[in-house]
Amino acid sequence: MLRSTLKTLALAAIGGAMLSVSAQAEPTKVGFIYVGPISDHGWSFRHDVGRLAIEKELGDKVKTSYVESVSEGPDAERVISQLASSGHKLIFTTSFGYMNPTLKVAKRFPGVKFEHATGYKQAANVATYSARFYEGRYVIGAIAGKMTKSNVIGYVGAYPIPEVVRGINAFLLGARSVNPKVSVKVVWVNSWYDPGKEADAAKALIDQGVDVLAQHTDSPAPLQVAEQRGIVGFGQASDNIAFAPKAQLTAIIDNWDKYYVERAKAVIDGSWKKGDVWGGLKSTMVSMAPYTNLPADVKAMAQKVEADIIAGKVHPFAGPIKDQSGALKAKAGETLDDGTLLGMNWYVEGVEGKLPQ
Amino acid sequence: MSGFEHLTPLILTVITASTPLLFAAAGELVTERSGVLNLGVEGLMVTGALAAFAGTYVSGSAIIGVLCGALAGVLMALVFAALTLSLLANQVATGLALTIFGLGLTSLLGSGFIGVTVENLPKLYIPGLSEIPVLGPIVFGQDAMVYLSFACVGGIGWVLARTRVGLILRAVGASHDSAHALGYPVIRIRYMATMFGGAMGGIAGSYLSLVYTPMWAENLTAGRGWIALALVVFSTWRPGRLVVGAYLFGAITVIQLHAQGLGVAVPSQFLSMTPYLVTIMVLVVISRDRLKIQLNAPACLGRSFHPAQ
Repeated sequence: MLRSTLKTLALAAIGGAMLSVSAQAEPTKVGFIYVGPISDHGWSFRHDVGRLAIEKELGDKVKTSYVESVSEGPDAERVISQLASSGHKLIFTTSFGYMNPTLKVAKRFPGVKFEHATGYKQAANVATYSARFYEGRYVIGAIAGKMTKSNVIGYVGAYPIPEVVRGINAFLLGARSVNPKVSVKVVWVNSWYDPGKEADAAKALIDQGVDVLAQHTDSPAPLQVAEQRGIVGFGQASDNIAFAPKAQLTAIIDNWDKYYVERAKAVIDGSWKKGDVWGGLKSTMVSMAPYTNLPADVKAMAQKVEADIIAGKVHPFAGPIKDQSGALKAKAGETLDDGTLLGMNWYVEGVEGKLPQ
Repeated sequence: MSGFEHLTPLILTVITASTPLLFAAAGELVTERSGVLNLGVEGLMVTGALAAFAGTYVSGSAIIGVLCGALAGVLMALVFAALTLSLLANQVATGLALTIFGLGLTSLLGSGFIGVTVENLPKLYIPGLSEIPVLGPIVFGQDAMVYLSFACVGGIGWVLARTRVGLILRAVGASHDSAHALGYPVIRIRYMATMFGGAMGGIAGSYLSLVYTPMWAENLTAGRGWIALALVVFSTWRPGRLVVGAYLFGAITVIQLHAQGLGVAVPSQFLSMTPYLVTIMVLVVISRDRLKIQLNAPACLGRSFHPAQ
């Protein structure tokens, strides 16, 4: 945190020095704030890949800087306003918990454009964006449904918020689409990143008889446990095959590159508008890592499910969908709308246990 | 739960979760008994974790890795000792700085080790004994570090209670002026105790990066150094109680995850809180008896010593 703050300050200083030398080639400054370290091999890492894509694509027209491992709270507001006041014209705030700090700072800096990831509140200079990770989770769910022999699949969750619950539900619906007997056991670790605890949760699930493991936390620790215990699992946010050469079946990869470059370009040419983008497999904002360690028929099935989602033939949340109490949430022929998905706070039928509220 | 086949893996996971806490807390206990309060345990652990991982990765030997971890912990502790004991810096502030320094340094130096893997430490296997149901894998099937952690705690307990060295160490912690007047080298003894704490913190970190989650990631310790610090107070500076504390904390952390998997209808947020809640409750109960605390707490804890004073 300290190190990266210094880095930002240094970058700002260099930026300032360059301004005074060549005023005509003034690069647009783009700032990023990450919730984890960029070396987490997951969420924050993928955002930083997006930042590097901006640098590569737009060259000396932009200058990017980042601050990593900023906790979601008062710290975030301080860092965001520091970025805004040091001349950044576009700031990406890349975690759900940065929502209110982003809006507060945005009010004070109307000339700066903000992009908040996974949030739902916009303003004149605040756009939101997210990815339909649930499409990827439906695909891995289908794979898990085919691969499980015990018909109980484990899922390590971070926090019981709609984003994660939606993923669990999509995963289960994917699994049940190929194997109606599947159920999912969820263990919450109440942390995005604590490798030790994530590993403990994975062990607890495996000890209770799950033979496929999915996760929605940021470290590769659960996947690594799967590898050690000889079961299979999925990478999270980026390709984690190095941690589990025998256990990783595929991974859901976040791809922010294209969107980030587009938005930076829009700020440079003045066409930036607030909006709300929710891209999925089709827009490549979500993509699947190579399918590995799979029998040929399961691999073919996974590729077909992926292609069908892209073609619009399959919607993960197409009815009939029942919740845990058996109440019908979507009739056959209906799909759940985005509003319902964004606020999802109930488990579909087949998820074990009670959702913590 | 259908009995023993669930119990054994549960206990095995608890042992893995508790061992690093036990190492780090045992080291800190010795440091504090000499009157030095090192709040930088988290920094010692994370540095040890990286050094052990890097050492194992480069050399291919986990033993060299653990030695690297211990050495890195000693070096970090030396920085702390030089600042607080020789230069008389404030121990609380220096300890906090040590944690921040350790986390920053390791994220800088560790970037090359992200995404690589090392072999797990081998587990003990004694034909026959390790196959005994339930007890076999628990008592005779651990990795060497688990046995070492118990040996360390036992050794520390014996040295502190039964030997001359232990008596001198406690004297230095209880009253550095008296110890000094008797001719004991207060500063040198504190250096040694602090370095011992560093080595143990480094070994605790090694356990995290070599056994618990065999990988390197930034902030791998995720706050366990702070738990170790709390455990020392929890134990009222007595090694035996440290084992109880470390295993209690480890057990509750793991059991709450198992309870979730079994569908126990308690909110997971509350379950996540329980290890901390129990620690606080026990601390409150212990603190009610002031005599008990005063009996063992080093009276000079956190106070700088200068011979000329």
